[in-house]
Amino acid sequence: MSPLLEVSNIRKSFGSLHANRDISFTVNAGEVLAILGENGAGKTTLMNIIFGHYLADEGTVQCAGRELRRGDPRAAIDAGIGMVHQHFTLAENLTVLENTLIGTQSLWRPMLSTGDARRKLFTLADQFGLEINPDGYVNQMSVGEKQRLEILKTLFNDCRLLILDEPTASLTPQESNGLFKSIRKMVSSGLGVIIISHKLNEIIKISDRIIVLRAGETVGSVRTADANKRQLGEMIVGQKISRPVRRSSRMFAPKIELENICTRKSKSQVANLKNIDLTVRGGEIMGVVGVAGNGQQSLAEVLSGHGRPTSGKVIIKGVKALEYTPMSFMEAGVAYIPEDRNNDGIVGDMSVWENAVLTETGNADLVGRMAMVRTSRCRSTAEKICSANDVRFQSINQPARLLSGGNIQKLLIGRWFARAPEIIVACQPSRGLDEGAISGVHRSLLAARSGGAAVVLISEDLDEILALSDNIIVMYDGYGSAAFENRNVDIATLGMMMAGDGFHAV
Amino acid sequence: MRFEVRETIPQWLPWLAVAGAGIGTMCFAAILIATAGASPLAGFKELFIGAFGSRNAITETGATATPLIFTGLAAAIAFRAKFWNIGAEGQLYAGALAVTYFGTGLIELPSFLMIPFLLIVACVAGGLTLLPMVLLRQFMRVDEVVTTLLTNFVIILLVSYLLDGPWKDPYSLGWPQGAAIIDAGVLPQLVPRSRLHLGFAIAVISAIIIWLVQSRTVFGFSGKAVGLNQSAARHAGIPVTKTIICIGLLSGGMAGLAGASETIGLKGYLTLDLSPGFGYTGIAVAMLGNLHPIGVIFAAIFIAIIYVGADAMSRAIDVPTYLADVIVATTVLAVLIGLVLVRYRVVMRG
Repeated sequence: MSPLLEVSNIRKSFGSLHANRDISFTVNAGEVLAILGENGAGKTTLMNIIFGHYLADEGTVQCAGRELRRGDPRAAIDAGIGMVHQHFTLAENLTVLENTLIGTQSLWRPMLSTGDARRKLFTLADQFGLEINPDGYVNQMSVGEKQRLEILKTLFNDCRLLILDEPTASLTPQESNGLFKSIRKMVSSGLGVIIISHKLNEIIKISDRIIVLRAGETVGSVRTADANKRQLGEMIVGQKISRPVRRSSRMFAPKIELENICTRKSKSQVANLKNIDLTVRGGEIMGVVGVAGNGQQSLAEVLSGHGRPTSGKVIIKGVKALEYTPMSFMEAGVAYIPEDRNNDGIVGDMSVWENAVLTETGNADLVGRMAMVRTSRCRSTAEKICSANDVRFQSINQPARLLSGGNIQKLLIGRWFARAPEIIVACQPSRGLDEGAISGVHRSLLAARSGGAAVVLISEDLDEILALSDNIIVMYDGYGSAAFENRNVDIATLGMMMAGDGFHAV
Repeated sequence: MRFEVRETIPQWLPWLAVAGAGIGTMCFAAILIATAGASPLAGFKELFIGAFGSRNAITETGATATPLIFTGLAAAIAFRAKFWNIGAEGQLYAGALAVTYFGTGLIELPSFLMIPFLLIVACVAGGLTLLPMVLLRQFMRVDEVVTTLLTNFVIILLVSYLLDGPWKDPYSLGWPQGAAIIDAGVLPQLVPRSRLHLGFAIAVISAIIIWLVQSRTVFGFSGKAVGLNQSAARHAGIPVTKTIICIGLLSGGMAGLAGASETIGLKGYLTLDLSPGFGYTGIAVAMLGNLHPIGVIFAAIFIAIIYVGADAMSRAIDVPTYLADVIVATTVLAVLIGLVLVRYRVVMRG
């Protein structure tokens, strides 16, 4: 029997960059293949070639023994390949059922025939444990539900090979486990699954085989049963890397305090803040955990001057904040690393050097007479920031959007830390980054801590919170728990708190 | 068929695109001239003679380009910040109203003070006309395309009311026109016995100053960031609202200068037909100039050549004058398509 998918000698370059070089692998029915690699290793390019979004320079993709027409997503869908992208492709204002039907119905029919579709959707959801309400609107669904819908959509189109790109990037541990159960059910019913990730733990838990890509080439192919985590980590980056370790450090006076902060519910946020009290001292990393959408975003906004509380006080270095603007908070020493680094962090169409000094429009060293920008000083400052933070680029004049995710984050952290901030608010600072970049980000945060800065680390990655934080609070539905010390913390208890346990009394 | 982003753009490609756009437009215009029953070659010859063939032709082209440079700058400045100011026409008339109010005898100063004073007044009037729409957009998310466009009609009706009523020149033999601007406030001619006036030089200098401001100053830097990614600019501590307000004032101010230069430079008094749509043509100028202030100068001159030349052509070989509008529109479309092809390459499904 021929394998479900056979990829042979794929080669693809963009200009001088070799994104894929002679990549070959197979996926059989009933197995989970994991593709591991750093950002920029060529994973996404490879998947886009399989799915027909890109044309390979060389090589073939065969599905069940038949070669797929190149560069045609329709051919891939018809052959039974389904892809769930990291960023969902759903119509937000339609229901689950309507989203499922998109692309399956003839445009000439006056009405949608929903009866059969509804039955099929129910059967699939039941069979694979993908619980969903077919009449719910997508814009009211959680990330986990949206992802289940994306998977159901591909199954609805009779997909036999499912490609999942970073599926757990924004799920809670419980949701991830649910997803893995569904994946297991799919493979036992004869589907093939390709999962792209850089979360080693999960890959080891879910996959049957692993291939590792580095700089566009296959550097390893192992059966998961024989794999060892450290060895895989080394394969991914090409050398041994370790995340930095937190050592005890001295704590100073409170740098930022929140007293009884409440915020109004806004359209973009799921939960508003309710009576939040928080004190973060110099030399302390305060970890904030919670399932996405429980008020972490509002908290970050209040801490950084982007949001105005409806009641309560923000006290920075002993002084009550009177004005809630990003500028006034920046002047008081706050640096804010936003979660969405591409939209809130960099200006993609401006150059690397311009982005590196974007926060410095008030810096007298970089601004000359008549408010002229001192371009050469800006460039040298930018170069200093980039080399100090290991930001890799081809030219300092290239648009920042061409940088990889890790380099963008290092650039953003570098430019904020160059201001010697005393208070750092970091939202999901390592989400979507590879191991090398994550350890760089962690090192930066720990260095700021030992330099006496107060760090608020908001993250959904429990490993990260437990590795870096001195103290932790849990957020649920806009409430915050009391801070507790990060010592002998039980993950199960933490998970229960994230699910709302212990918050009823408030 | 689909588009793929080019990783590297060869130096010669933008020039090829512009040249291709020009040739494409010429071919299309040739078809239209032939359809109108004339020889395309004769048509182009008359067009170029009409625009360059004599001293008078050249100065006319310059005079027509003057308001287009101003309104083109108005559109280019605002569009660069993603503020879609479609109201340059109204702001132009606001500038013209302001110079008529102050320049017809209310204030009398020597010429070297009177002219700068009138220009500043017009600039302020144009800017203030746009300001409410800027504030509405920034604070209440009211779509500026709608508000700026509708304000045009309000202002033009106001001009109509004033010229038929309180501001009507009693010596105008019943025509709805304003009183004459006092001699000290009239812009001198650049070329004697022509309609080319100092406004042309002011327009070119304004474009150069705006280019320097955009490319060299902190304000220009902030404006670029705000235009390309408002959220990232806000996160970096750039005062976004303040920057957009300043950009709005500058954009409206340029349109106001267009009205001033037409009133105190070309006509000498305010009329209801002061602008045959310069505010709207300014959008085409800005697009053609790729939103670059220096590009705007060349785009405005190019469009002026087409307008002035097509007028001459229609007189000489009897084709409709509105061919000029068709040629201008085709050029803008062709150049925009060309710019898309510079950024993307077309890939046929292989």
